[in-house]
Amino acid sequence: MPPLAFSSQLINLFAALLLLLGFAMLTQRRILSLINLFALQGFVLVLSTAVVAYSTNQGHLYYSALLTLLLKVLFLPWILHRLIRALNVRWDVEPLINIPATMLIGIVLVIFAFNLATPISQIAGTITKSTLGIATATILLAFLMMITRRKAVSQVIGFLAMENGLFFAATSTTYGMPMVVELGIALDVLVATLIFGVFFFHIRETFESLDIHHLEKLKER
Amino acid sequence: MNVASGIVFQVLQSVLVVLIAPLMLGWVNQCRAWLQNRSGAGIWQPYRVLRKLFHKDAVLAHNASPLFRCTPYILFGCMWLAVGIVPVLATDLPFAPAADVIALVGLFALARVFISLAGMDVGTSFGTLGARREMMIGFLAEPALLMALFTASLISHSTSLPTIVDALGHRQFVIYPSMAFAAIAFLMVLLAENARIPIDNPSTHLELTMIHEAMILEYSARHLALIEWAASLKLTAYITIGIAMFLPWGIARAGDWFGLLIALAALVAKLALAGAGLALLETLSAKMRIFRAPEFLGTAFLLATLGMLTHFLLEV
Amino acid sequence: MELLLVLGVPFAGGIVLAFWGHRAFAPELNSGMSLLTLLAAAALTARVIADGPLLVWNENFFVDPFNVFLVALTAFVAFTTSLFSRPYMRIEAQTGKLSPNRLRLYHSMFQMFSFTMLLALLTNNVGILWVAMEAATLTTVLLVSLYRTPASLEAAWKYFILCGVGIAQALFGTILLYFAAEKVLGPGGTALLWTHLNDVKGELEPTVLGLAFVFLLVGYGTKVGLAPLHNWLPDAHAEGPTPISAVLSGLLLNVALYAVVRAKVLVEGALGTHFAGNLMMGFGLLSVVVAAFLLSRQKDIKRLFAYSSVEHMGLMTFAFGMGGALATFAGLLHMTVHSLTKSAIFFAVGHAAQKSGTQIMEDIKGLIESNPTIGWGLMIGSLAILGMPPFGVFASEFMLLTAAMHQQPWATPFLLVALGVAFSAIFGKVQPMVFGAASAARLPHPPALMPVFVHLAIVLLLGLYIPPYLAEWYRQAATLIG
Repeated sequence: MPPLAFSSQLINLFAALLLLLGFAMLTQRRILSLINLFALQGFVLVLSTAVVAYSTNQGHLYYSALLTLLLKVLFLPWILHRLIRALNVRWDVEPLINIPATMLIGIVLVIFAFNLATPISQIAGTITKSTLGIATATILLAFLMMITRRKAVSQVIGFLAMENGLFFAATSTTYGMPMVVELGIALDVLVATLIFGVFFFHIRETFESLDIHHLEKLKER
Repeated sequence: MNVASGIVFQVLQSVLVVLIAPLMLGWVNQCRAWLQNRSGAGIWQPYRVLRKLFHKDAVLAHNASPLFRCTPYILFGCMWLAVGIVPVLATDLPFAPAADVIALVGLFALARVFISLAGMDVGTSFGTLGARREMMIGFLAEPALLMALFTASLISHSTSLPTIVDALGHRQFVIYPSMAFAAIAFLMVLLAENARIPIDNPSTHLELTMIHEAMILEYSARHLALIEWAASLKLTAYITIGIAMFLPWGIARAGDWFGLLIALAALVAKLALAGAGLALLETLSAKMRIFRAPEFLGTAFLLATLGMLTHFLLEV
Repeated sequence: MELLLVLGVPFAGGIVLAFWGHRAFAPELNSGMSLLTLLAAAALTARVIADGPLLVWNENFFVDPFNVFLVALTAFVAFTTSLFSRPYMRIEAQTGKLSPNRLRLYHSMFQMFSFTMLLALLTNNVGILWVAMEAATLTTVLLVSLYRTPASLEAAWKYFILCGVGIAQALFGTILLYFAAEKVLGPGGTALLWTHLNDVKGELEPTVLGLAFVFLLVGYGTKVGLAPLHNWLPDAHAEGPTPISAVLSGLLLNVALYAVVRAKVLVEGALGTHFAGNLMMGFGLLSVVVAAFLLSRQKDIKRLFAYSSVEHMGLMTFAFGMGGALATFAGLLHMTVHSLTKSAIFFAVGHAAQKSGTQIMEDIKGLIESNPTIGWGLMIGSLAILGMPPFGVFASEFMLLTAAMHQQPWATPFLLVALGVAFSAIFGKVQPMVFGAASAARLPHPPALMPVFVHLAIVLLLGLYIPPYLAEWYRQAATLIG
C-alpha cells in the first residue's frame, strides 16, 4: 500500500500521541502531573488541528486551533493549577480499581472504540478519517478515568479530557464544527470549569476534604 | 553476495561487538558519574575489572553442581550469539536467517533459565530470592517484548530482523505511530531486563533490594567475569535491537565496504547517544519498590498492545 | 421583534439581577422580568398562529407550532414560579438560610436559566441547541447547592457530573449528525440548521444517523431523566430551593424531551424504520416502571414528586416513541398538563415544607387543618397528577393508553400496573400529610398560593374542554412530529 502523504502521517502520529496521553492520564497519581498531561494533550490537539488546516486549506481551523490553544493549553490549566494550590491537593487517593486492571479495561475500551468507529470512518471524506477511532477511544478513556477516581479534581480533569476527545472527533470527521458552535462549546467548557472551581471550595468547606467518598451518602432510603 | 566477504563481515561484526560491549557499560557508568557530578572510574573500567577477575582463582561451594559451573559459559555463549546475529553493521549476512526476533527472545529466555537455576543451585537464600524475582520480571517482560517486536514485524511483514531493518531503514521514510508506542514499550522492557533503574539498581550493595546481582553472589573469578561480560553483552544486544528497529538508518547493505564505514560511524554515534540517554534516564528516575514492578511492566505490555492496535487502525 | 424580546429580556434580567438580586425589590423585579417575557412570548405565539412558521435572523431561529407552545408554556410557568418565589425566598432569607450574595445568585441565575431554555427551544441550529442545554445545566448547578448542606452539595455534584457526561454523549451525537449532514448539505453553518436537515432527511446516511440518535437519546435522555440515567434527578430536584425544583421538573425536562423529539423526526426520516421510536418506547417504559416501583420507598416529599416526574417523562417519551396522531397529541397535551400540575404541586409542597421545617413526609401532618389552602392545593394537585378525572392528566393518559392498546398492546399492562402502583404510593403518602391533626407553625409571610390554583384550574379546564385553537395547535404540532 503506498505510504500516506506526510501530513496524514503527522496527523496519525498526533492521534497516537493523544491516545498515549489518555492512557498516561489514566495511570497518574499526582494531580499536578494530571494537569500538565491535560495541557499537553491540548497542545497536541492544537498541532493536529493546525496541520489539518494547513494541508486542507480550511482557514477557520486556524481560528479553532487558536481557540483551543488559548483555552485548553493556557487558560484552563492555569485555573486548575491555581485551584489545586488554593485547595492544597497534591495526590490522589488509591483509585477504585488498581492501576493494572484499569489499564486492561482501558485496552478493552480502545478495542471497542475502534470497532465502533470503523463503519463511520469508512464513509468519511476527510483525510483524518482513520483518527475517529482514536478520538472515540480518548473519550471512553476519559470516561473511565472519571469513574475510577476518588478525588473531585481528577474527575473534573477527566471531564475536560472528554471534551478534548470530542473536539478531536469533530475535527477528524468533519473538519470541525461551524465557528459559532465551537465558540459556544468553548464558552460552556470555560463556564463549567469556573463553576467547578467554585464548587470545590464549597465541597471543601463542608466536608474538609475533596474525597468523593463523602458525596456518596444520598442513596435510596 | 560473495560468500567469503559475507563471512568476513559476520566474523568482524561478532568480534567487534563482543569487544565493544564492556566499553558500552563503561560509557553508561561514566555518563552516570558525570551527571551525578562525580569524576567516575573512566570508560575502560569494565576491562580492568574483567582483567582482574580473570587473574583470580575461582572459588566454588562444595555442593555446586555441574550446572553451576557451566552456566557462565552458556550465558556468555547465548549473549554472544544474540549480539552476533543482530544486524548492527549490515543486513544480509550469512547468519541473518537466524536473526529472527522470536528466536532472539528465546535465546534471552534460555539464558534467564540457566542463571536462575544457577542462582538457586547452591541453596543460599539470596540466590533463591534473586532467582524468583528474576523469573517474575522475566515472565512479565517477555509478553511486552514480544508485542513490541510484533508491531515491527506487522509493518515489515516478517519477523526476521534484517528484513525489518530493510523495511524500516532502507525504504522511504514514513512515520509509524505504532512504532512510537512500541519504542516506549521496548525501552521499558530494556530497563527491566537489564536490571537498570527503575527496576533494579546495578550498583547496589543491599542484597534485599537486588534482583540480578543476588543470583550471582556466589560466583567469583573467571565465572564472574564471564557473567559480567554477558550482562554487558545483553545490554548491548538490547540496545542494538532497539537501534535496528527504531533507528535503522545508516545500516549498510551487504557487500558495501564504503557503507560499512558509514555504518560503523553511525553505530558508534548511536551507541554513544543511547548510552548517554540511558544514563540520563537512570539519573532522573528512582528505583521502584518491587511490588510496583508488575505495574511498570503491565504498562509496557499495554503500550505495546496499543501500538499493535494503532497499527491496525491507522496504518493498514 | 417579539423573538428579540423573548430572548433579550431574560438575558438582560439575569445581568441586572446579578447586581441587584439581594435588594428588597429583587423578587418583584424578577417577577416583572418574567411577566415581560411572558407577554413577548404571547405576542410571538399570536404571530405564529396567524402567519405560520417563522424563520428569523438568517434562518438561525425557527418558530413552528411545536416549539412555540413550549415557549409559551415555559414563559408562563417561569412567571408563575417567580410569583411563587417572592414570598418563598423572603421566608427563606428571614429564617437565615440564605445570605444576600446567594439571593443575588439565585435571582440572576433564575433569569439566565429562562434565557437558556428559551434559546434551546427557539434555535434552529442543532449545535446551539446543545450549547443552550449545557448552559441550562450550568445555570442551575449552583442553585441546587444553594443551601450548602452536605446533601445538596452531593446532589449538585451528581447533577453536574452525570448531566455533564450525558451532554457530552449528546455532543458526540451532534457531531455525527453534522458529519452525515455535511455530506449532503456541504460544510458550513447551514448543515446544522434543523429546517435544512428536515428537508434532506431522506438522503442522510442511515447508519450514521442511527448511531447519532443513540448518542443523542442517551445524552439528552439523561437530562430528561430516563431510566437508567435518572440517578441525578431525585437528588437535584429534592435538594434545591423549591422554585428551582418546580422549574427543573416542569420546564427543563420538557426542553430536553423537545430536543429528543426533534432528533427523532430527523432519524425516522433518514432510517425509514421504527428504530428511533422503538428505542424511545423502551426507555420510556423502563422509566415508568422503575419510577413507579421506587415511589413507595421515598421518605422525602420532594423526592417522591421527583420520581413522579421521572414516571411522567417516561410516559411522554413512550408516547412520542409510539408515533401516530393520537399518541403524539397525547404526548403534547401531557407535556403541558404535567408541567402545570407538577409545578403547582411543588409550590404547595414548598410552603408545606417551610411550615413544618422539614421535607420528611412522616413529620408533615394535618396541613388542611393548619393552612387549608396549602393542604387542599397539595391534595388536589396530587389527585391531578395521578390522573384522576376530570383533570387534564387523565385526558392525556387516557388518550395515551388508547393509542397504546391500538399500536402496542403488549405495553398496556405494564403501563396500567405502573400507573396503579404510582397511584397507591403517592396517594398513600399524601393522605396522612393532608388530613389528621396539625403539627406545623404559622409562616412569617403569607404564602403565594394563587399560582397553585391558577395552574390547577388550567389543568382542570384542559381536562374538560380543550379550546379549539389549542387543539388545532396540538394537531399541527403532531403532524410536524409525525
